[in-house]
Amino acid sequence: MGDFKEHESDLLIVGAGGAGMRAAISALGMGRSVNIVSKSLIGKAHTVMAEGGIAASIGDVDRSDNWTVHFGDTVVEGVYIGNWRMAEILAKQAPERVYELERFGAVFDRTPEGKIMQRAFGGHTYRRLCHVGDKTGLEIIRTLEDKVLHTDAKMFDEVYITRLFLREGRFCGALGLEMRTGEFLLFKAKALIIATGGCGRVYKVTSNSWESTGDGLALAYNAGAELMDMEMIQFHPTGMVWPPGVKGLLVTESIRGEGGILLNSKHERFMLRYSPEKKELDARDVVARATYYEIKAGRGGPHGGVYLDISHKGRDFILRKLPGMYSQFKEFAGVDITKEAMEVAPTVHYQMGGIRVDPYTCATSVSGIFSAGEVASGLHGANRLGGNSLADILVFGKLAGEVASRWMEGKDTLEPEDSEIEREMDRVRGFIRKGGNPYDLIDELTSVMQDRLGIVRNGDDMRKAIELIKDIKRRSEEVGVSGGLKYNHGLLGCLELQNMIVACETISVSANIREESRGAHTRSDFPKRRREWKVNIVCRKDGEDISTRLIKVEEIPEEFARYVKPEVYEDE
Amino acid sequence: MSEESGKRVINISIYRTDENGGGGYKDYEVPIQEGMVVLDAVRYVQEHIDTTLAIRWNCKAARCGSCAAEINNMPKLMCKTRIDTIKGKIRVAPMSAFNSVADLVADVSENYLINRQIPEFSPREAEIPWKIKQIDVERTKEFRKCIECFLCQDVCHVIRDHKADYVGPRHVVKAASLDMHPMDTVDRSEFLNNEGGIGYCNVTKCCQEVCPEGIKITDNAIIQEKERAADRFYDPLLWRREKKR
Ligand SMILES: Cc1cc2nc3c(=O)[nH]c(=O)nc-3n(C[C@H](O)[C@H](O)[C@H](O)COP(=O)(O)OP(=O)(O)OC[C@H]3O[C@@H](n4cnc5c(N)ncnc54)[C@H](O)[C@@H]3O)c2cc1C
Ligand code: SF4
Ligand code: SF4
Ligand code: FES
Repeated sequence: MGDFKEHESDLLIVGAGGAGMRAAISALGMGRSVNIVSKSLIGKAHTVMAEGGIAASIGDVDRSDNWTVHFGDTVVEGVYIGNWRMAEILAKQAPERVYELERFGAVFDRTPEGKIMQRAFGGHTYRRLCHVGDKTGLEIIRTLEDKVLHTDAKMFDEVYITRLFLREGRFCGALGLEMRTGEFLLFKAKALIIATGGCGRVYKVTSNSWESTGDGLALAYNAGAELMDMEMIQFHPTGMVWPPGVKGLLVTESIRGEGGILLNSKHERFMLRYSPEKKELDARDVVARATYYEIKAGRGGPHGGVYLDISHKGRDFILRKLPGMYSQFKEFAGVDITKEAMEVAPTVHYQMGGIRVDPYTCATSVSGIFSAGEVASGLHGANRLGGNSLADILVFGKLAGEVASRWMEGKDTLEPEDSEIEREMDRVRGFIRKGGNPYDLIDELTSVMQDRLGIVRNGDDMRKAIELIKDIKRRSEEVGVSGGLKYNHGLLGCLELQNMIVACETISVSANIREESRGAHTRSDFPKRRREWKVNIVCRKDGEDISTRLIKVEEIPEEFARYVKPEVYEDE
Repeated sequence: MSEESGKRVINISIYRTDENGGGGYKDYEVPIQEGMVVLDAVRYVQEHIDTTLAIRWNCKAARCGSCAAEINNMPKLMCKTRIDTIKGKIRVAPMSAFNSVADLVADVSENYLINRQIPEFSPREAEIPWKIKQIDVERTKEFRKCIECFLCQDVCHVIRDHKADYVGPRHVVKAASLDMHPMDTVDRSEFLNNEGGIGYCNVTKCCQEVCPEGIKITDNAIIQEKERAADRFYDPLLWRREKKR
């Protein structure tokens, strides 16, 4: 023993994206000491990539907007399996979080009257996304980063958390590997908030950054927490298709929000066929499927995409409203979007599912562990609205920080078991050995997901996928890399592979169970939405197996139901 | 570029450190893909040739500022530099103004310590929700584009020579982004002139030439902050008037 350093605080937060940092600010405000751990550098968390904006019904542009409409949109576009209580909290609190962020120092684009400018986005009844150009995520992360850096919170960046420890069924600590030094760090705390973001990297074509490997899902799952709605993976309709190096890179929905249209190779505006009313601005699942069908029907472009065109808006407008997109296409693809159309195709973007949490407390099913942000589930149901994630991370990040801080009152810190720490360090060190290349297996795994758990799924493919993933899991026990513990990306590859497998197993098992098509989950063998599937699928670790159960979605009480467009099932 | 068994490959030299703090370039051969960037090549080496190669990247979209390095001695983002724009041999090294962690990874942690010293945003009392003019948003926007890649810090000769005395261009940009905030009440030119050591900067403009976000660091941040400090010395009322409008 003794070959690790100890750091103790009241609260440990894993994840320095929007959710983790906002949680830290709450906890610090309540007098708690906080350690924040992030596997990337400070300020580089995936949140930095968010472009379009943050949804809040402040009604600065469309006066009729208010929380009840935002609430209704969130429930309806989540196709009625989202948690209505979380939707209520989000819709009611998002405006205050936006104003608060402004008071922290964030700057938003303005209306002529000096109010906050809001743009249209798919599935939102009104223009609702507060934004600053197409760099909203950068503004949020920088504002929170500055705020947290000027507090006593300790930031541990480039530290990779590998395992959580429990004592008497309660959280007590976490083990991390400090990449810069190769040292193990033991974080002890009374409570933990998991805010590790998503798992988009389990697919081959994704808009997500390096760190989105579902680590938080696996950490929680291995500690006994429940995961929910794992089958619900959002495909964003527009990702880049060329050059190959940037395949999957996001082409923001703001382009459509600002008037961009989708065309196929015959120059048809095909969304008129799939969604005559909402057209390009229908919910993401609808537009992504339409795009997929057009490409499948052979009406795609030379690189297997459809066309997105904004050039009719003129150069000045585009440079002012979409500067990031202009340079992204100019630099990576040599395309001038003020003159030509972009070629785009669906890309994996967001996990609606994740760690199951209580709507009012963000508590997971393990005592002392809370969770917020993309890694948590419930709010978005079967499909997330654009802009709702940035609202989610602020609203529920704040809530998690507050509740965890209250929860720990009067509780003492428990000591992690020495033998468990030892075992975990051995596991990590164990990957430094002669063995298979982890990247080869990651490659196989992401291909399985891409090919068999894509936009349109079917039972045969999914059952095959479950088998293939099992086989990859077996072989993953034999991966190994050379080198040492210090800044060894290969070693991280080994650790991430294990986490990605947990995400893939739970996604494929849940997807195979849901025998209907709803939101982001579309099946060719069960093309209709069915009332009996108005449930959430929950996974829990049971030895080496996954035990699953279905939970009926709670009916929305009358006083709230009136804000929600009633559900219609085709066959009834 | 060379042709080998029908497969097009490219040669890339990557700086590798050794246990004793020394290091040197090592050559690798990587298959070419259309539109490939330097980061693709470096990742290929890390994933398929030598998994111990230490690299840092995250967004792969020129948005996070993680993958800064020196490519043929020019400070650049690896994920934004297309291979087909480089003539001749490709040499990739870590940013040299910082201590090394390993291989291509530089220790940039000092920048977060500097950030801590810059007086934070301090808004004036005003009715909520705030009313702000778009024109005032535009004035601060340029500085808020910074992705903290620290390439400007890397290229600045003052930092190379007097690291302890000058905060560096990135941090002047940060101060300017706050100073230009229409609701802010603090004047950071004072900090920049004293602890910040902005006087060491002799406006060579090297920093703004390498900024991947195209921020006019010297013209719009450094010179402005220098002038503001001078004006303030002669006309203390000016600052207050400026902030109020
Ligand atoms: C390109 C793009 C554009 C987007 N645009 C929008 C938009 O316009 N509006 C919107 O609402 N949403 C948008 N989203 C979604 C939104 O950005 C994310 O869902 C959200 O930022 C997630 O924030 P988070 O705080 O939950 O996690 P993240 O920002 O992903 O942060 C996760 C943190 O956890 C850390 N971490 C992970 N694993 C470990 C580990 N094992 N050990 C230690 N630390 C770990 C990471 O280092 C990081 O600090 C976009 C997403 C993408 C990809
Ligand atoms: S202009 Fe100033 S800050 Fe920029 S590189 Fe030259 S000396 Fe350094
Ligand atoms: S100012 Fe430019 S070069 Fe300097 S850190 Fe920011 S983005 Fe990078
Ligand atoms: S990886 Fe984010 S800037 Fe290059």
